Amino acid sequence: METTVAEITHLKKSFGSNDVLKDISFKIDQGENLAILGKSGSGKSVLIKCLVGLIEPDEGKVILLGEDISELDNEGLNLLRKKIGFLFQSAALYDSMTVGENLAFPLRDLKSKPKEEIDTLVMEALENVGLADAIHKMPAELSGGMRKRVGLARTLILKPEIILYDEPTTGLDPITSREISQLIVDIQKKYNTASIIITHDIECVRITANRMIIIKDGESVAEGTYEELSKSKDEWVNSFFK
Amino acid sequence: MPTNPNITDNKLEKALPLSENNYLKSIKGFFEEVTLLTKFTIRFFKEVVKPPYEFNELTKQSYLIGYKSFPLVAITGFIMGLVLTIQSRPTLAQFGAESWLPAMVAVSIIREIGPVITALIFAGKVGSGIGAELASMKVTEQIDAMEVSGINPFKYLVVTRVLSATLMLPVLVIVADVISLYGAYIGVNLKGDVNFHLFFVKVFEKLTFMDVFPALIKTFFFGFIIALISCYKGYNSNKGTVGVGQSANAAVVYASLMIFIIDMIAVQITSLFIK
Repeated sequence: METTVAEITHLKKSFGSNDVLKDISFKIDQGENLAILGKSGSGKSVLIKCLVGLIEPDEGKVILLGEDISELDNEGLNLLRKKIGFLFQSAALYDSMTVGENLAFPLRDLKSKPKEEIDTLVMEALENVGLADAIHKMPAELSGGMRKRVGLARTLILKPEIILYDEPTTGLDPITSREISQLIVDIQKKYNTASIIITHDIECVRITANRMIIIKDGESVAEGTYEELSKSKDEWVNSFFK
Repeated sequence: MPTNPNITDNKLEKALPLSENNYLKSIKGFFEEVTLLTKFTIRFFKEVVKPPYEFNELTKQSYLIGYKSFPLVAITGFIMGLVLTIQSRPTLAQFGAESWLPAMVAVSIIREIGPVITALIFAGKVGSGIGAELASMKVTEQIDAMEVSGINPFKYLVVTRVLSATLMLPVLVIVADVISLYGAYIGVNLKGDVNFHLFFVKVFEKLTFMDVFPALIKTFFFGFIIALISCYKGYNSNKGTVGVGQSANAAVVYASLMIFIIDMIAVQITSLFIK
């Protein structure tokens, strides 16, 4: 039986007079990859930040893993966040730490774990993204694609149940973009995670998504599989596939 | 003075748009900033007592903020003592009071010049560093990344830096004072002949507990306010890469201003106890 891991209902967010999210609702099941496609400035990044409580929505509900995030206190939110991975557009690696330290950082609260076990987890996460030899490098020494991979490894280290990807292929060349997209699929298969992929890269959607939602000016305008939406008669929806 | 005939009063008004509206906006902005800084300070005091404690990061920051500032503080301290002695000698010589030189320089350094100059140097080096570092972390979403990992970035980044600066500045001021007195000893001996023992006997003859204690206490406040303002400016930076420079700049400017304000208050309080 499919289990719903995230349910977003009637989400609204405005900044001053600018209505960024007008009415967004969707569900996602365990092991499903959902892509949210839209042009730059359509509210995708605001949406994904609302999901983890980095931005507080004005209206609507966000239920992740059965918990309504608006009802959680700081401690409860932090506990929930440990079950959710977030890959930032810029990878957001900590500049002052090595790759290995970046990966070990989210594990620092697990003081019961011995150092050897943490080292093993770090190495395993880096091997998953094919960067085991970069463990002692500083983020500044890495290319854009490598940074994304390390960011993904850091996201994976806490074995999240849901992973949120904010523009995972932006700024990468087509070959590296495909590699990252394939990695997202591999992670889905290996860990049976649910993923929400925010992107404007249709090729990334084709490779990774089981289902997709297209948003325009903060509203959901189309929902379906890649094949279904690629045959859409709507000119605007169709423009993404050209 | 010749005036440019092209600049009429009207044009000047447009060039310097200091309308009533702008004054109101500035005043409103000032009070908003003070409110946010107060909230930031209250959050610091709430977080500082709440476990878990970041001892490793506190040690690391103390090393970076304290130990790494030592050479700069030592050099400026030495020059401060030497120059003050050289500059003071002619005036004292006019009154035949050259023998007062060690005591006068020592009181000046310990009470006022040592703490204030060291705090200003500290604000320039450490304050700008903290402001720029936190602002760039904010811009590159590293602070958000910490938050979504379930780690409290305020506790990890702000509390540790403010505590380190509060504890390290007094140590640096003591170091600067000692090196500065050595600089003064060299300065005295450039045109005179006073041995090391006699110089320090003269220094400690005039120095009292009330010269040293209040001066040391105020350095804790200097360290606290420098780091707090720098963290506040960096943590709340929101104008992209431009904001990084602005945060570093604002951190130094406001921290330096606050050093003088705290110093003025400290002198007033001290004067209540010293007749």
